[in-house]
Amino acid sequence: MVEREDAAIFTSGLTKTYGAVTAVAGLSMSVPRGEVFGFLGPNGAGKTTAVKLLLGLARPTAGNAWVLGAPAGDTATRRRIGYLPELFRYQSWLSAYEVLQLHCDLGQIPGSRAKAEVERALVTVGLAERAHDRVGTFSKGMQQRLGLGVALLGSPEVVFLDEPTSALDPVGRRDVRDVIRHLRDGGATVFLNSHLLSEVEMVCDRVAVVHHGTVIASGPLATLLSDSGVRLKVEGLEPAGLEKLARFGALQEDGDWLWVEGITVDGVPDLVAEIVTLGGRVYAVEPRHQSLEDRFIQLLGGEGPS
Amino acid sequence: MSVAVLTIARATVRESARKKLVVALAVITLLGIGLTGFGFWRLTVLSHEVVRGVPRLSVTELKTVTSQLLIVAMFAFSFVLALSTVFMAAPSIAGELESGVASAVLTRPIRRIQFLAGKWVGLGVLAAAYVAIASTLEFVVVDLVTGYRPPHPLQFVAFLTGEALVTLTLTTLLSTRMSPVTGGVVALGGFMLAWMGGIAAAVGTALNNQGVATVGTITRLVMPSDGLWHGAVYSLEPAAAIAGVLSSGRAQAAANPFFASAGPPLAYLLWVAAWGVTVFSVASWSFRRREI
Repeated sequence: MVEREDAAIFTSGLTKTYGAVTAVAGLSMSVPRGEVFGFLGPNGAGKTTAVKLLLGLARPTAGNAWVLGAPAGDTATRRRIGYLPELFRYQSWLSAYEVLQLHCDLGQIPGSRAKAEVERALVTVGLAERAHDRVGTFSKGMQQRLGLGVALLGSPEVVFLDEPTSALDPVGRRDVRDVIRHLRDGGATVFLNSHLLSEVEMVCDRVAVVHHGTVIASGPLATLLSDSGVRLKVEGLEPAGLEKLARFGALQEDGDWLWVEGITVDGVPDLVAEIVTLGGRVYAVEPRHQSLEDRFIQLLGGEGPS
Repeated sequence: MSVAVLTIARATVRESARKKLVVALAVITLLGIGLTGFGFWRLTVLSHEVVRGVPRLSVTELKTVTSQLLIVAMFAFSFVLALSTVFMAAPSIAGELESGVASAVLTRPIRRIQFLAGKWVGLGVLAAAYVAIASTLEFVVVDLVTGYRPPHPLQFVAFLTGEALVTLTLTTLLSTRMSPVTGGVVALGGFMLAWMGGIAAAVGTALNNQGVATVGTITRLVMPSDGLWHGAVYSLEPAAAIAGVLSSGRAQAAANPFFASAGPPLAYLLWVAAWGVTVFSVASWSFRRREI
C-alpha cells in the first residue's frame, strides 16, 4: 500500500450517503503516481460520486480522501489536476479555442504559455481545424474531445477521465487510448472511470472493481486476471478417459472442444500427453487468458457490466 | 479583485453579449425610446397650440407634465431592466450548474465565492451599462424634443443601477439552490412584491392607516428595489414639480407611486448596502455547501 503522501490518490473509509441511499460505502484505496488506474463497476456502483468526492465537487459523509498528498478539493492542488466530467458540457457560446483559453486563465497558466497549451490541446484531441467554431455547433463526440483537451491543459499530474469515450466512434476511442498512454509516458496518473472493459484492459496498469460503493477487488491487472486455463480440440476420447483428466483441472465439454480450467501453462504438455495416451487425438491447443469482462462478471456474481 | 473573479466576469459579459436576449433587449429599448420620443414630441406640439389666445400648457406646466411622463417611461425601462437582470442571471448561474458547464469550471483552482462574485460583477457591469446607455439616450431624446432636462440624471442612473443590483443579488442567492426558471420567477416575484409594497406604503400613509404603511415599510426593508426606485423618481423631479404636488396636499402626494417628495435618507442607503453584503454572503455560504 502506497503511503498517503506518496500516492496520487488515497482514500480512507470514504463514504457518501444521500438520505437512505449509500453511494460510496467506506471506500479505501490508493493509486500510485504515474499509473493508469481503471475504476470499474456496474451502473450505480458509486464511481462518479467517488470522482466528485475526490475533486471536492461533493462532500463526504464520512472518511477522508487525498489527491497528490492534499485533502481532496484543495484549491491550490486543483492547478495540478485535469478533469473530464461524465456529463461533459462546455460554453456553447464560445469557440473551442475560447473554452480552452478560459480554462487556461482559470488554471492560472501564464499567458506566455497559454497559447501554446491551447494549440497543443487542440491538435492532441483532433480539433485544430474547428478551433474557431462555436461549441454549440459541435457534435457530442467533438464536445467530448474538447473536454479531453480541457483536461490536458497545464500538464496535470493527475487526470480524472469519467467515461471519456462514451460519445466517441472507434477512431476517437483509439485516440483517447493514445492520449492516456502519452499521459502515462509523461509521468501523469490517470484515473479512468469506464464501463468499456476491453478499453480499460488495453490501457490500465491497475484496476479497482467497485460494487455497491465499495471496492470488491483491486490490484495490478496482471494479478487480477488469472490465465490458468486451456481449450483443446479433441476427438476419440472415451468418457472413462475424460474422468481421468479431472486431476488437471475443472473440465467442460463444448462440442469438439474441451475446456480445462485451473491448469497452469507448465501443465499443458502433460495434459496433452495424457489425452494421447488415453486414445484421444488432439487437433488444437489454445491457452486461455481470462478477459477483464470475465473477471468482472465473476466478481459481481453474474451481474453484467454497465 | 482577483484574477479568477475578473476571468469569470469577463466570460459572463461575453456570454450575455452573444445571446439573443441582449439583442432583443436592445431592440425593445430603442423602440421604447423611439415611441416615447414621438409621444413627447406630440405633447410639445399640442401644448403649443393656442386656444382662446393662450397656449394649452404654460412652460412650467409642460415641464411638470414632461417630468411626470418621463418618470413613467423610465419605470417601464426599470421593469424591462429587472426582467432582463433576472433572466440573464438565473440561466448564467443556475443554468450552468444544471447543465454541467460549471463542473469543469469549479474543478479549476478557484473558490466558489470567486465564481459567484465573477458572475455578479459581470452581470452587474452589464446592468450598469444598460442603465447608463438607455437613460442617456432617453434623456437626450427628451431634451431634443421638449428642451426638458431632468435635474439629477447621474443620481437617477446610480439609483436605477442600485435597483438592478438588488434584483441581481437576490437572483444570485436563489440561483445557488433553485432551477433557472424557478429562481427567475421567484426573484421577479420579489421585485413585483416590493413595488406593490411601495404602493401599499403610499396608500397606507395617504389613508393614515398605520398597519398598511408598516407592511409597505417592511417590504422596502426586506426587498429594497422599490426604495431605490423612489430615489430614482426623486432625482427626475424638478423642484417646481415637487413644490406643486406638495401644495396640493401631503396625503395626496404620498399616494402617487410615481412621485417622491424626498430622496431616500442616508440611513436607508446604508441599510441597502448592508442588505446587499448580507444576501451575497448567504448566497456564497449556500453555494459553498452545494454539491455539484
